[in-house]
Amino acid sequence: MSGPSFQRGYNALKEEIDAPVAAFFSSCVHCGMCAEACLFFTETGDPKYTPIHKLDPLRKVWEQEYTFWGKLARSLGIAKPLTDEDLTEWETLVYDSCTLCGRCSMVCPVGNDLTYMIRKLREGMAVAGHAPPGLVGATRRAVTIGSPMGVKLPALQAQIQHVEQDTGLKIPVDVENADYMLLLSSMEIMNFPEFIGAVAKIFHKAGITWTISSEAFEATNSGIQIGVSDIAAELVQRIVDAAAKLKVKNVISPECGHAYMAIRWEGPNLVGKPFPFKVIHILELLDDLRQQGRLKLKDKVKGSLTFHDPCQIARRGGILEQPRHLLKELVNNFVEMPESGQMNWCCGAGGGVSSNERADELRIKAFQRKKSQLDQIKVDGLVSACSNCRIQMEDGLEAYHMDLPILSLTETIADHLAD
Amino acid sequence: MTDVDFLMWVRGPAFNVATVILCAGIVVRILGIFLMGRKPNLAEARGSEMVGGLRTMLHRSIPDAGTFKRSSLTVISGWVFHLGLFVVIFLFVPHILVFEQALGFGWPGLPSNIVDAIAVITIIALLVKLIHRLRDPVLRMLSEFGDYLSWFVTILPVVTGWLAFHRLGAPPPALIAIHILSVELLMVLFPFTKLSHAFTLWIARWYNGAISGYRGVRS
Repeated sequence: MSGPSFQRGYNALKEEIDAPVAAFFSSCVHCGMCAEACLFFTETGDPKYTPIHKLDPLRKVWEQEYTFWGKLARSLGIAKPLTDEDLTEWETLVYDSCTLCGRCSMVCPVGNDLTYMIRKLREGMAVAGHAPPGLVGATRRAVTIGSPMGVKLPALQAQIQHVEQDTGLKIPVDVENADYMLLLSSMEIMNFPEFIGAVAKIFHKAGITWTISSEAFEATNSGIQIGVSDIAAELVQRIVDAAAKLKVKNVISPECGHAYMAIRWEGPNLVGKPFPFKVIHILELLDDLRQQGRLKLKDKVKGSLTFHDPCQIARRGGILEQPRHLLKELVNNFVEMPESGQMNWCCGAGGGVSSNERADELRIKAFQRKKSQLDQIKVDGLVSACSNCRIQMEDGLEAYHMDLPILSLTETIADHLAD
Repeated sequence: MTDVDFLMWVRGPAFNVATVILCAGIVVRILGIFLMGRKPNLAEARGSEMVGGLRTMLHRSIPDAGTFKRSSLTVISGWVFHLGLFVVIFLFVPHILVFEQALGFGWPGLPSNIVDAIAVITIIALLVKLIHRLRDPVLRMLSEFGDYLSWFVTILPVVTGWLAFHRLGAPPPALIAIHILSVELLMVLFPFTKLSHAFTLWIARWYNGAISGYRGVRS
């Protein structure tokens, strides 16, 4: 494969433009309402963070390649063509200040799915060599090592050993014909191994057969965050191959937002064919078990809890009711944040922002949005279902001197399982 | 050329040309979008694209409470001038007669004095839009020539129509001719400027709703 070049990036952008993109750009009336939907704008007040402005390079290509007036203006030398300098200038807007959270796509009055377009713009930016170094490194590690954080199999095996000691349960690895194959994010393996123990406990009680694959345990997909579909497809294919090898019927996406988007919604499209297995999110499975009476709790959580909807699981993923059903059984006092569910505000670190050290200061600033949501409801704890959101919220709470425990929904359920 | 000759030309050949450009332009733009195509979605659907798409086509006109609070000026002025334009274009009796001639059927209109008041409100709302665009930092950054051109060709027929109705500034045939000419300017530019959102937004909203609906989200 040849190296990055502006021309390759430009061609990639041209290829990314489809009927929805043409409809979206044709319809934009520059009303500016997307700005108010973006936490990077609301928390900084800087107009450059207006979502439609972030898409300007893609709009230019659409206009000059696919519209009559744009083509005419370019041929007459009136319109300035897209340059490599433009992409350099836009790099931080496209990667550092967009978490692909999709809130602007819910607000645009003409119906533009701006997130759909940012995802496409990143395909051109990455090929042109304008992806942030942090994400380039994470993607390289994902391809060569199998994990964006560089987590190798021995590290997982060590964590599994700890979990087995803690829980007294066997963690099945490379077991064939299990009902479910569990994927994990590197962050779960390294920072929240309790998640593995929680799943083991719940599945043991529910009588579920499951396994982890030693060849494809990583759920996250840096290829999607950086915007290189070839790499994204390769990472998805590893999971498809592992699922076929172990002959599993279902693959579980863990508590990680973009991992769900990667495997559930983008996966089959990246590899070019439907999956021979079903992809289910851990929250969907837990809610199914609840409905079947296979998830019995011994008691409820005391005090009040709220739920942070991870964007890729809720707004972009469609899992909205399941965590609420579970929380209503788990908590005495479940409190919704103002603007929750599909209109929830992002934590500020999704879409590759957390892998991009350059954006550290900005993401903590963007967290003020979540802070103000939390300030409005005074609760005893915050539950979520994404380890990336969790790390960001821990950083944010610490930065703003807030004392609030952050819990994983799966882990909290496991803690309250009936004996 | 007398005022009356001018009026006859504006009402006749010029109007026909503008109508052809408007209709052909819309068809070309819509075809231009659909011919781009899109890849089939191979992920297993959780919900219906069609239901989601149709829902968003209607539902997106009303913002959620938080968005309304944050963008109230944009939303209210937008609603007022769009509804105002609808009333002055489609519910003013002399306009209905024009449509009746072209289409073969008409509909009841509103009393002229009410349409007159609504025209004034529409002009005010459009002026608010312009001031907002010039003053708000986000809008000022986003705005380009096309946005101001679209604004100008939208307000122009309302103003010339209002002047013609009140017979202000010129003899009536000239006022009517100028009014019709301003409408023709709008018609000719309609498919090729931001004004085209009037028909492309239904496609955009459908795609938005379909993409979300497929995943089981009501966007």
